[in-house]
Amino acid sequence: MPMRRTHAAVLALAALIYAAGTHAQSPYGIGRAATPAEIAGWNIDIGRDGQGLPPGSGTVSHGREVFEQQCAACHGDKGQGGVGDQLVGGQGTLATQKPVRTVGTYWPYAPTLFDYIRRAMPQNAPQSLSNEDVYAVSAYILNLNGLLPADASLDAKTMAAIKMPNRDKFVGDPRPDVKDKACMSGC
Amino acid sequence: MRKTNPPAKTSRRSFLRDGTILGGAVLAGVATDAQAAGDENLPPNVPEWMKTPGDAMGSQLYGAPSPFEKNVVKNIPKNLKQYISASGRTPLGDLDGIITPNGLFYERHHGGVPTIDPAQHRLMLHGLVDKPMIFTMDDIRRFPSQSRIHFLECSGNPVYTKPYGKTASDLVGLLSCAEWTGVSLKLVLQEAGLQPSAKWVVAEGADAAALTRSIPIEKCLDDAMLVYSQNGERLRPQQGYPLRLLVPGFEGNMNVKWLRRLHVASEPAYSREETSKYTDLMPDGTAREFTFYMEAKSIITRPSGGQRLTAPGFHEITGLAWSGHGKIKQVDVSVDDGKNWQKAELQQPILTRALTRFRLPWHWDGKPAVIQSRATDETGYVQPTLAELLAVRGDNHFYHNNAIWPWRIAETGEITNANA
Repeated sequence: MPMRRTHAAVLALAALIYAAGTHAQSPYGIGRAATPAEIAGWNIDIGRDGQGLPPGSGTVSHGREVFEQQCAACHGDKGQGGVGDQLVGGQGTLATQKPVRTVGTYWPYAPTLFDYIRRAMPQNAPQSLSNEDVYAVSAYILNLNGLLPADASLDAKTMAAIKMPNRDKFVGDPRPDVKDKACMSGC
Repeated sequence: MRKTNPPAKTSRRSFLRDGTILGGAVLAGVATDAQAAGDENLPPNVPEWMKTPGDAMGSQLYGAPSPFEKNVVKNIPKNLKQYISASGRTPLGDLDGIITPNGLFYERHHGGVPTIDPAQHRLMLHGLVDKPMIFTMDDIRRFPSQSRIHFLECSGNPVYTKPYGKTASDLVGLLSCAEWTGVSLKLVLQEAGLQPSAKWVVAEGADAAALTRSIPIEKCLDDAMLVYSQNGERLRPQQGYPLRLLVPGFEGNMNVKWLRRLHVASEPAYSREETSKYTDLMPDGTAREFTFYMEAKSIITRPSGGQRLTAPGFHEITGLAWSGHGKIKQVDVSVDDGKNWQKAELQQPILTRALTRFRLPWHWDGKPAVIQSRATDETGYVQPTLAELLAVRGDNHFYHNNAIWPWRIAETGEITNANA
């Protein structure tokens, strides 16, 4: 017990010194430093270039199993949609009267799949899949869209290397795109 | 026990609940109807609620509206595929002024509404800063505070395709306005020390969607706020309790709720919500990305779809105008299907990126009419017609529809969407 108390006191003192240093640098001296471990635990952002993708890998075939267990109830057994979005198909429809926006037709960056599935899917239990399962189910969805062969495996490097078909179809905001004058009479 | 006698069918109250228009003619008609019904609470009788004491102090520790207003509630679309990622609308046609009551503020969430213990909530600020930091809610509230009135609007309000909504709420009810209290985001960023390469701040919610949007650093250093209170009380859970981002004039989903993390970066996150969603598809198959601003817009809320004019004569036309680019400069109203327009009166205060209430006195001659409003903001931008927008953007654009919405008034006084 005394040992533990001493340990705690040293830690508290260290924290105070650290906090005092913090105050010296910041205008208001409010808040505390975030530790690298805390940031690592919370930072789940994956860049479009794959930055932040974790170690590990997953195969299309394992992804099919994960998809059937975790995704098919909402997205359909082949990703055709249901309660959840359609994930597959729609190729060639974006410039038609009935565009179908899927991972295959619309998503510009493959690593975003990992980012989104990990943070938000499955809807009833987000952040519950292992990194391996996220790689695998991403691989399966890409496979269903014809963007990965059936025997493929996905990891940080191969995921970042995929060029999504719609990548170059995004443009900036040109608005105002309608310029009117306020007509007051005889319009 | 409180008595809540339902009003007699022909009373003034039922006119109100039916959403009809108050005017001299209507009020004059009420007395006649009431006498015919023999209502014991109307003149010359003494109303029953004057003959017995009312509810004791403390009968409601958090006040609720009158039971006679029980139909003024959020407008939740029926038959959605699911209600975890969904939206609920403000009943615009039933409200006055520019401030939306907190209980009627529109909602859009992507992973349900979390219940967050503020003592266990943290805001992490990291990335391209000199010193990554963590703030408690107590920390956030220690910063110098500010209060500002701003609107919030969902980017898909409404979509471009039929069926078009029947009421003002169905059409543009993903719109609300409140007084927000919090701290300037700039102060909090300065606390951590921004590095020169900082160009974007990626904001993440602590909800089950961990919703993520990227905000340009210019906006973060301008009028963005970290908000903890709305209309004087702490944020409601549906609005991001205990902490949300506010980026005035930007589309609703960027005002990240349940804010837990700010990642300062050199480029956007290109998250799912800013690539596969909230991008605007053009007829040629290209899509606009990072379309942040909500452009100038207005809607007549009274008389509006689903309401009814009970008699010819005087009726005030009133509604709301707003612009993500600043203040409303002018609102014009047409009562002859867009041929001629008159300047409406703007209610003070006219605030930047806030709802502005407009009014025009009108004498309805009892004949069919089409009424509509058109906003101009301080940049000179004029709210376009739906046809003009469709001609440029096509009907699969989905987001940022700021078209003029005309209401058709039939000879019977019934009001419908003239674009439907």
